[in-house]
Amino acid sequence: MNTKSLKGLAIPLVSVLAGFIVGAILMLIFGYDPIQNYQNLLVGSLGGVYSIGETLRNMISLILTALGFAVASKAGFFNIGGPGQYLIGWFGAIVFTLKFSHLPAIILIIGALLCGALAGGLWSMIAGILRAYFGTSEVITTIMLNYIILYIVNFAVKGWLASKGSDSSPNITSKANLNTPFLQHITDNSTFNWGFFIALAVVALVWFYFNKTKSGFEIQAVGLNESASQYAGVNVKRTIIIAMLISGLLAGLGGAIDGLGNFENISVSNNLPNVGFNGMAVALLAAENPIGIVFAALLFSALQIGGLSISVYSNTPSEIVDIVIASIIFFVGIKYAFELMAKKGWFNRKNKVEKGGAEK
Amino acid sequence: MEDYVVEMRHITKQFGSYKANNDISLQLRKGEILALLGENGAGKSTLMGMLSGLLEPTDGEILINGKVVKMENPRDAKKLGIGMVHQHFMLIPAFSVLENIILGDEPTKATRIDYKKAASDIEKLAKKYHLDIDVNAKVRDITVGMQQRVEIMKALYRKANVFIFDEPTAALTPQEIEQLIKILRALAEEGNSVIFITHKLKEIKEVADRCVVIRMGKVIETVQVAETKEEVLAEMMVGRKVNFAVEKKETDKSKTILSVNGLNVEAHGLLKVKDLDLNVHSGEIVGVAGVDGNGQSELIEAITGLRKIKKGSIELKGKPLQNLSARRISEAGVGCIPEDRQNVGLILPFTIAENLVLKSYYKKPASRHGLLNYKKINELGKQLIKSFDIRSQSEKELAGDLSGGNQQKVIVAREISASPDLLIAANPTRGVDIGAIEYIHEKIIEQRNTGRGVLLISFELDEILKLSDRIVVMHEGQIVGEIDPRHTSSEELGLMMAGKTPIGQEG
Repeated sequence: MNTKSLKGLAIPLVSVLAGFIVGAILMLIFGYDPIQNYQNLLVGSLGGVYSIGETLRNMISLILTALGFAVASKAGFFNIGGPGQYLIGWFGAIVFTLKFSHLPAIILIIGALLCGALAGGLWSMIAGILRAYFGTSEVITTIMLNYIILYIVNFAVKGWLASKGSDSSPNITSKANLNTPFLQHITDNSTFNWGFFIALAVVALVWFYFNKTKSGFEIQAVGLNESASQYAGVNVKRTIIIAMLISGLLAGLGGAIDGLGNFENISVSNNLPNVGFNGMAVALLAAENPIGIVFAALLFSALQIGGLSISVYSNTPSEIVDIVIASIIFFVGIKYAFELMAKKGWFNRKNKVEKGGAEK
Repeated sequence: MEDYVVEMRHITKQFGSYKANNDISLQLRKGEILALLGENGAGKSTLMGMLSGLLEPTDGEILINGKVVKMENPRDAKKLGIGMVHQHFMLIPAFSVLENIILGDEPTKATRIDYKKAASDIEKLAKKYHLDIDVNAKVRDITVGMQQRVEIMKALYRKANVFIFDEPTAALTPQEIEQLIKILRALAEEGNSVIFITHKLKEIKEVADRCVVIRMGKVIETVQVAETKEEVLAEMMVGRKVNFAVEKKETDKSKTILSVNGLNVEAHGLLKVKDLDLNVHSGEIVGVAGVDGNGQSELIEAITGLRKIKKGSIELKGKPLQNLSARRISEAGVGCIPEDRQNVGLILPFTIAENLVLKSYYKKPASRHGLLNYKKINELGKQLIKSFDIRSQSEKELAGDLSGGNQQKVIVAREISASPDLLIAANPTRGVDIGAIEYIHEKIIEQRNTGRGVLLISFELDEILKLSDRIVVMHEGQIVGEIDPRHTSSEELGLMMAGKTPIGQEG
């Protein structure tokens, strides 16, 4: 058991290390100081209460979109719809908060989060239904749905929520804000908000769902072997739809929390929110393990937040961080090469022979 | 000193602390057919994996034509003239036979593939070795027997002179087996050498010159086949006396368990089962004989609820089953050991315990209020592992890590422990070692003896003849005859399966 989980950790760790090395080499080539920049990165992401608060806040949506991707993936689906589901979740939460602003704070917040999550779930479920009943590739449908919802939301914001001439909805009432004065006070006015704890709770819930519940068992069974599941009497169509529903629910919740805790309104946008795609990368780095997702999200979040300060404290372009992130994903992607190297004993010169078929 | 085509000297292959092969030596002469006999998990595949370049030995050396060689991948082995015909064919269904044969070694003329040359080369080889193949047919349209001949041709085309056959007869009809044996003989007569992996004693007796018996990674003995009795071979392989006869009690067959009337089932737009009538009574094993692809799979799928039926009725003890969901049918009392244990019967990355509750995880005691009770599931797993003699480290071991025989035992345990009124067994012992076959047969007969109905579908005629109380022959979606197993032979059955003779004796 121990050796197994250690082995599972080796690939992401090596990938991360390799990503940083690639970044360092590039900086050297272009005449920047990698050590100084990585130091700035570390300080910028985790060097103070404020930066820690920002990093943790940035983790929230990464965790939730990654969990969403992981749930679909366990059922055997590649849900690229994270960005769209996140966006509709954000939109749903803002709409609810604006339209029911008279409700007491706690009900307003819960309602808004539920509304956002549900919107994400239902939106993703469309792809699930198409897949279950018509065999339509979820890769295609979720990409399409991303763009459809992008323009629907733009249309609705501009034509319905925003006042004339504006591209943004009004701000939500402060009682619905997840970023409370107390949290602002202890994190030096960062955007850290209660959503972080919601995200951690959801991590636990998803872990529990996969490891303890009937429905989670069915999703994994269908993902691993659809014909065996069908033979065993699992309702495969329903399971597919449930998996996509939950997947979208989680991404939608991510959007809703960011809407209430970070943005406080919603604007017309030309692009799909990046976080949806980054969430996929986080899930891949974590090999879709809910606990692993927390750590992978921390890493990505720290890179993103710390990356901002790279260009503040030196003339190094902050895009270098994107290269590091991209390299990490690349190395995770070619993990088979690492596995081969591990098999050939490149990583353990001394006890070469004793490996082989011992892995389970 | 004699020159061998292949010689393996003191080969040891270790996986971690486990020795899959322990100091194995064997020699293969020119023009010889050598049988490699052993139960599943005995180490046959590991040994041949090393000879075909898939694995590297931990210790020992391999000599080809008297020279020590080191093979790092299958390409090296191919270059040395070693051709492997796998149990699971490695063909591309959408390609023609010709394309499949030349794939990877295409003859070219001015950078384009020279199909003419390829076709004429192949034709010459086909004539020489009596290989009946249609080079223009698509692989998806040809029979299993012909697919195998295509695999043989692939090796011949690459100028192999050592042929390794991994369980080649598993999916063939008696007639196809005969044809294969002829091909094997032709290969040997032309000076090639053949290694034939199997655990079927009859075939060894028929075709092999010598036989190497392997058990638990060691060579038990190398014998001259002509001088050794089948029983002796079996004992050497299993390591104890084997009980070939089965004990069938008299049973009360008055109740009808399964009644199928006028059943029509479609698959891929074709009518695969046509107006089929079939009854299974209590305390009876009904064997369905037939060549693969004559509607047996569709019949099973229709009964178990995996496929919608077009017309007709299926009743279990008088209650209609047709078009209920798979789960409702299983709850009504139908158990099924499916044809394909790895892709349908089990979820290999799940544990043994999880696989054992694959059909009951949703109800008590395995789960309550939507939550799984792993304590109960694992307890249940432990019990079944014990009572069904599943050889494993623990109930938490992954099903994919078990040997074929033990995987099958997991399925048998799951299906039988649910006490179904009707047990459907489709090729229940395919690719399973003798010890497990014996055990599974015992269990199936036990079901019959306790008054349940068993529908046995098998391509192994010996199995059908041995177990069945009644045999029906299925051809092109219909039952074309019914015979009494006590008054028939595998030859007669084989002919009926091919649709050659009209109905034999009525049972």
